[in-house]
Amino acid sequence: MPDPARSITLTVNGTMVRVQPGTTVAAAILIAGGYTRTSVSGEPRAPLCGMGICFECRASIGGKLHQRSCQILCTQGMDVRTP
Amino acid sequence: MKKAFDVVVAGAGPAGIAAAVTAAAQHRRVALVDDNQRPGGQIWRSGASLPRPARVWLSRLEASAVEHLSGTRIFDHPAPGVLCAEWNETAMELHYEKLVFATGARELFLPFPGWTLPNVMGAGGLDAMVRGGLPVAGKRVVVAGTGPLLLAVAAHLAARGAKIVAICEQAPFARLAKFAAQMSRYPGKLLQGLAYRLAARHSRLYCGCWPISASGSTALESLTLRQGNRTWSVACDYLACGFHLVPNLELAELLGCRIQDGFVAVDDLQQTSVANVYCAGEPTGIGGVEMALVEGQIAGLAASGSAEAARKLIPQRRRMLGFVDALRRTCALNPELRRPAADTTLVCRCEDVPFGTLREHTSWRDAKLHTRCGMGPCQGRICGAAAEFLFGWGPDAVRPPIFPALVSSLAAESTNPNKSMEDA
Amino acid sequence: MSETWDVVVLGAGIVGAACARACSLRGLRTAVVESGAIGGGATAAGMGHIVVMDDSEPQLALTRYSQQLWMALSDRLPPQAEFESCGTLWVAADEEEMQEVRRKQRVYASLGVATEILDSRALREAEPHLRPEMAGALLVSSDAVLYPPCAAAWLLEEAIHFGAKLYAPRTVVSASAGHVRLDGGTELTAEHIVVACGADSVRLIPELPLRKRKGHLVITDRYPGLVRHQLVELGYLKSAHSLTTDSVAFNAQPRRTGQILIGSSRQYGAEHTAVDHAILKAMLARAQLYLPALGACSAIRVWTGFRAATPDKLPLIGPWPADETLFLATGHEGLGITTSLGTGRLVADALSGAATEIPLEPYLPVRGPIEHSSSTHPAAGGLHA
Repeated sequence: MPDPARSITLTVNGTMVRVQPGTTVAAAILIAGGYTRTSVSGEPRAPLCGMGICFECRASIGGKLHQRSCQILCTQGMDVRTP
Repeated sequence: MKKAFDVVVAGAGPAGIAAAVTAAAQHRRVALVDDNQRPGGQIWRSGASLPRPARVWLSRLEASAVEHLSGTRIFDHPAPGVLCAEWNETAMELHYEKLVFATGARELFLPFPGWTLPNVMGAGGLDAMVRGGLPVAGKRVVVAGTGPLLLAVAAHLAARGAKIVAICEQAPFARLAKFAAQMSRYPGKLLQGLAYRLAARHSRLYCGCWPISASGSTALESLTLRQGNRTWSVACDYLACGFHLVPNLELAELLGCRIQDGFVAVDDLQQTSVANVYCAGEPTGIGGVEMALVEGQIAGLAASGSAEAARKLIPQRRRMLGFVDALRRTCALNPELRRPAADTTLVCRCEDVPFGTLREHTSWRDAKLHTRCGMGPCQGRICGAAAEFLFGWGPDAVRPPIFPALVSSLAAESTNPNKSMEDA
Repeated sequence: MSETWDVVVLGAGIVGAACARACSLRGLRTAVVESGAIGGGATAAGMGHIVVMDDSEPQLALTRYSQQLWMALSDRLPPQAEFESCGTLWVAADEEEMQEVRRKQRVYASLGVATEILDSRALREAEPHLRPEMAGALLVSSDAVLYPPCAAAWLLEEAIHFGAKLYAPRTVVSASAGHVRLDGGTELTAEHIVVACGADSVRLIPELPLRKRKGHLVITDRYPGLVRHQLVELGYLKSAHSLTTDSVAFNAQPRRTGQILIGSSRQYGAEHTAVDHAILKAMLARAQLYLPALGACSAIRVWTGFRAATPDKLPLIGPWPADETLFLATGHEGLGITTSLGTGRLVADALSGAATEIPLEPYLPVRGPIEHSSSTHPAAGGLHA
């Protein structure tokens, strides 16, 4: 059950999102109502494989480009950017 | 950073965990390496709602002396006995006496119009996202594709409050019925299948049915399904769609292991064609968790020099080979699944290469060179398997890095000390 | 069954495709034979740097001639050929190398190639991610980059449009005395057989003075703007390069996709296509020395290829004395992408009896010694693999 006392706060494109520990950054991005990346021809994309091999979940995390957000857990104060 | 072990196990799914725990019990120094932060692989991800064997093996791992190198991605094999990996943006060299690789499998994704829309995911893909914290309570989900994973995923999503609109299995009903009948030899599997079906009992199961298009403005809104000559649309929030599994063979190929009929060839002790290298789990044949656990234990024992103990488990593995075969036959893809892809349907999602462009080419290499298909960061893992099904193209030879790695990590790679060069 | 042609071109790499196009344009009845993918050999392994190079006078003449032909064609190239006039920056690490910059400028000026000398500050502005203590650079704005396999495919398409016929995938069983035999029994009769099979040309003519020179390249994920020009080091001046040992040099290229292509390495005597870890490590260490930001970039692929190298680093273009129906167009080493168009024109002119626009003599398969400029240039031409 969600426990507000243990929740983690991060920002996705500047908007605060609150998630439970163990939540992946990819899930947080979708919870924030967004998608993870824009494809080379301009389509919005979101995770496909959930296991870190399709690279659709790439996002900028803490200023680093091309991070696979489905393999990274949210941490307090994390700054996540998507196009 | 350099680390040395008696046994390195690559992949922390059921097979890898079993191999690592077993080898550690033989007093070997063991490392268990996995890209993910948490052990369990795709099937046992996240501590919540895990089946009993998962809890048992995960607690054995916890209690063992295995060094669990999580978040560590193997990208190269520069010399026998050495693997290069990346952890937290740092290059790491793993030296081993024996290597057990249990690199698992990935879902096969088949392109159809709209499959690149957000919220169209793999079956295991959506399952993993939900285990990673994505809420699906009240969401309408279609589960589609082929294989026993569909029922398991439907059951799990239903338990999380999702409304399973439909389960679409591409295999015809007769084949599923035959499969179910064969499962009487494997009562555990039969019961598990029934339990899954029961858990998602409010959803309808369609056989010989698959999605032919998805639509929505910025994310999935509706799906068109086909069953025989009938097509119809359903509104939904998520599609969980995977056409069974293909083994992850990149490391196997880099190591030079013999591949036979698409799987790693192993002997009774899980030994590959390469000395000191063992393989367990899905890369040797898609056989599910029980098979993976047995193979992992055999490999763990064999890699620890306990061949006698390992041999005692061989009959257990042999009994399951029938299941592997039955599964393969049941999940054989209907050639009609090639038809939904339209000329404008993207096949390569990294480089946005459409089906119509690929169709003009004669081989995977030719297509890669002239269309950029498979040239993106997924290295063709998604589109390569799809192109193999769509066009019958065989894959290219594997080259390092087998996973994208930082330039600094490649530069830090171990080199053969016997060979020197005059640097510029 | 025998089919008769004026010219049969063996090999549809970028050189073969350019020869076929030039011959067809000239009205010669032309066939092309390729056993693999179009542009799938050294063409696919190369960097795609269109560069004017001054190792020797003939090299300068051919690269300049070819570079101008590319410029004239650039508006017509399809988008997938990814032609970009990004220019080359010859990077000087110190004052000694700046002298080479000035020497190079004089040489290029003599051929009417406009260049600009950047001092340390101007270089930092042009390429902010280069190591800041670089002394300066020579900017050659007319240099460009392209994606070779698609450029080759387009040249071949043009050739076919002008009447050439493609035999592919077909393997050449033998080629001599005006006859080309293909697998499957097809026999082609030709007045001229153009051998454009790169390093594999020795399969048909074992006596050719060609050696395989292996190269490695690495490509990254997309980092738009990190690199803006083709960057090549001048650092070979102080290193003990020779024509016999393995060597690496810094060479980085911005692709239109935002990806960065990193070179370069040169190895003789390496026959296997496998990645050589010692070379790769040295090459990337060198690249990071010049461009530290590369270290944090994700590398997607590494590949190798074989340049067809001649002893004097000039291509072999002209009739083969032992069998004058054979006309060579090979041995372009690391400059085949640049010099393909020039080679094609020289071949077409020579075969149709027209005067060539630059003298053919320095490239004839049998020739005298060549005078090289003060230094050798392992860096450029990309490693082109």
